[in-house]
Amino acid sequence: MKLLDKHSILEKNPIILLIGIVLMISVGGLVEIVPLFYLENTIEKVEGMRPYTPLELAGRSIYMREGCSNCHSQMIRSTRDEVERYGHYSLAAESMYDHPQLWGSKRNGPDLARVGNKYSDEWHREHLIKPSSVVPETIMPGYPFLAEADLKFSKIDIDLKVNQMIGVPYSDEQVTNAVADLKAQLDEDSDDYDAFIERYPSAQVRDFDGNPDEITELDALIAYLQMLGTLVDFSLYNETENNR
Amino acid sequence: MTFQNNPPTVSKLAQSLVIACMGIGIIFAILVAAKTTSGAMQFHAFIFMTALTTGIIAIINLSGRIEDEAPVKSPSGVFYNNNIIKYGVIASAFWGIVGFLVGDILAWQLAFPVLNFDLPWTNFGRLRPLHTSAVVFAFGGNVLIATSFYVVQRTGKARLAGEIAPWFVFWGYQLFIVLAATGYLLGVTQAKEYAEPEWYVDIWLTIVWVTYLLVFIGTLWRRREPHIYVANWFYLAFIVTVALLHLVNNATIPVSFVEPKSYTIFAGVQDALTQWWYAHNAVGFFLTAGFLGIMYYFVPKRAERPVYSYRLSIVHFWSIIFLYIWAGPHHLHYTALPDWAQTLGMTFSIMLWMPSWGGMINGLMTLSGAWDKLRTDPVLKMLVVSVAFYGMSTFEGPLMSIKAVNGLSHYTDWTVGHVHSGALGWVAYVSFGALYCLTPWLWNRKGLYSLKLVNIHFWVSTVGILLYICAMWVSGIMQGLMWRAYTDLGFLEYSFVETVAAMQPYFIIRAVGGLLFIIGGLVMCYNLWRTILGHSADEKAPENIDNAIAAQALGE
Repeated sequence: MKLLDKHSILEKNPIILLIGIVLMISVGGLVEIVPLFYLENTIEKVEGMRPYTPLELAGRSIYMREGCSNCHSQMIRSTRDEVERYGHYSLAAESMYDHPQLWGSKRNGPDLARVGNKYSDEWHREHLIKPSSVVPETIMPGYPFLAEADLKFSKIDIDLKVNQMIGVPYSDEQVTNAVADLKAQLDEDSDDYDAFIERYPSAQVRDFDGNPDEITELDALIAYLQMLGTLVDFSLYNETENNR
Repeated sequence: MTFQNNPPTVSKLAQSLVIACMGIGIIFAILVAAKTTSGAMQFHAFIFMTALTTGIIAIINLSGRIEDEAPVKSPSGVFYNNNIIKYGVIASAFWGIVGFLVGDILAWQLAFPVLNFDLPWTNFGRLRPLHTSAVVFAFGGNVLIATSFYVVQRTGKARLAGEIAPWFVFWGYQLFIVLAATGYLLGVTQAKEYAEPEWYVDIWLTIVWVTYLLVFIGTLWRRREPHIYVANWFYLAFIVTVALLHLVNNATIPVSFVEPKSYTIFAGVQDALTQWWYAHNAVGFFLTAGFLGIMYYFVPKRAERPVYSYRLSIVHFWSIIFLYIWAGPHHLHYTALPDWAQTLGMTFSIMLWMPSWGGMINGLMTLSGAWDKLRTDPVLKMLVVSVAFYGMSTFEGPLMSIKAVNGLSHYTDWTVGHVHSGALGWVAYVSFGALYCLTPWLWNRKGLYSLKLVNIHFWVSTVGILLYICAMWVSGIMQGLMWRAYTDLGFLEYSFVETVAAMQPYFIIRAVGGLLFIIGGLVMCYNLWRTILGHSADEKAPENIDNAIAAQALGE
């Protein structure tokens, strides 16, 4: 075959072979990934979405550190059973401020995309410290050390700043006040409460780990879990509106 | 090219330059250790300093070491760099056992959660990336580096390019593994599957990997055969594509140059597709293209038959690298990824079946006229069964990429079983086959210590794999069906935790299968070790098949 004879050009020069390989492997990725940065349904904004509060962001880092996403997905698929089990299917906009996304690939435990406000703080405390105390058949490990670990947050403003640099719409005011905001979210009676709630209107403010004297990693993690999937208000969506 | 006929020497200039760079690296590490607030990063800075200091001493002594070895010229007049491949063989066997062991611990943890001990560094969440990285990058990576260094030298009749560079690749890669693995245990992770190492470990890997690419291309460049052998096409595609995937998917901004934490540049759906473009092609190029390179050298060599079809090699090489890149979106069916991208991913995944089986056919048919060797040579049996497993899992993969099937299989153990039929059956078996070939060849032994032990390894591991994948089929499909089961009244029948409780027996079967696989691996290590020592179990029949091939390899 004529064409295959020409192949010897590639077989005789490693640089030409290398160029050929790079060309071949570039096409698929470019065609599939690049449009996602421009298409309406992947970049649209949805009412209610806001960046994480400093405390939630710190909690998210702990969620990542402990590898929670190895067993818990955060992506409800658009199938009947998933929607009935976990709630409305996940929208692209709901993870638009997630650097990186934590959609996950395996459910050794249930999906957590809408776990926020589903259980009480106390349930989460018990469950994280000793999961079998509230779910006897569970296979989840316990995380008792989170309740004793002090949260490191003195430089959380830099975390917000970096997120701002890569496109999360934090205002400069939110970045500057990050440390104060983190503390304010744990105390309804603090002086910074009003300013905090103005910056993060729908945020939940309370002491999450049941220990008001200390700011622990458990505080941050529960604050994060309790807001998951709660930002978009699906009751505003009229299902019958699109019926034809 | 006369220089190849002289014994290898180390360039003084290169030595000084590399030592200077490493010196700068040490100063940088001291600064980081002094300024960081993270205990993990401080620990890593100390490891880094120690490694670079050892590296500088080794480079200073390199000339002396090469002289001590008294390199032997092969009959074709080449001073092959065999020593580095010996190191690679030992590192592969070591990391293999580590990776299998951590995997089996995880399997027991899922069956009996009390084994998590509720400590940060023993929890499933931190150990899981340790397992995946240890088997894919530490075991698989070392096998790929070692075999590619062997194959590119032999098929081109040229010594490996550079004297310092190949050793930098080998030891630099081991340093990457240690930094990544200890990082996971200390909670340093990007939480991106198979790309967990944080930014500074990623930068280190980039330096090592680019050197690897240069050594490989450099060796191809100085080859004395007119054609580049097909195995090297696959190795080259693997090296360059992994470099590209690594760079794009790990684009992050660290919070500080002295802190481990970073934020990835992409977010949400864009990040999700980038991640699975990366992760699927880590399978496609790391675990497939690279290992096809092994198949294309070691199967023909062991069977003493030429590759079945040259034409099929060309068609299957270009089509597999073109099609694989598109398949990533099949990890995101029914998610917030646009439907067109999901369908595109599914379509290309199904098309991928063709070149995958093209490769399988090319490998299996190489045995035409030599099938009888399967009765007498358990190493060849291992290699051939690996290709059969490759065919099976590349049939199952396209099946699972179909949206309707994926709706059931995704998020369940079926995926885990699928991965392991490929990883244990294909990747590990073809690697074991290559290690069994290389050890007597490199250490100038007449044959392996014992072929009977190879046979035992084969059967113990095969039973282990079958227990593993069958258990995962049952538990995965069962859990998928339970999640979507409805009562007569139209309610979901099972709570989530009921589906978890139902899986325990299969988790135990899986863990037992994994244990058998480790036992097989240990049998291999024992066999390789005795071979290196020069022992022979003195088996009467069958005639030790290794002898002829080993003699031939020595001749070359």
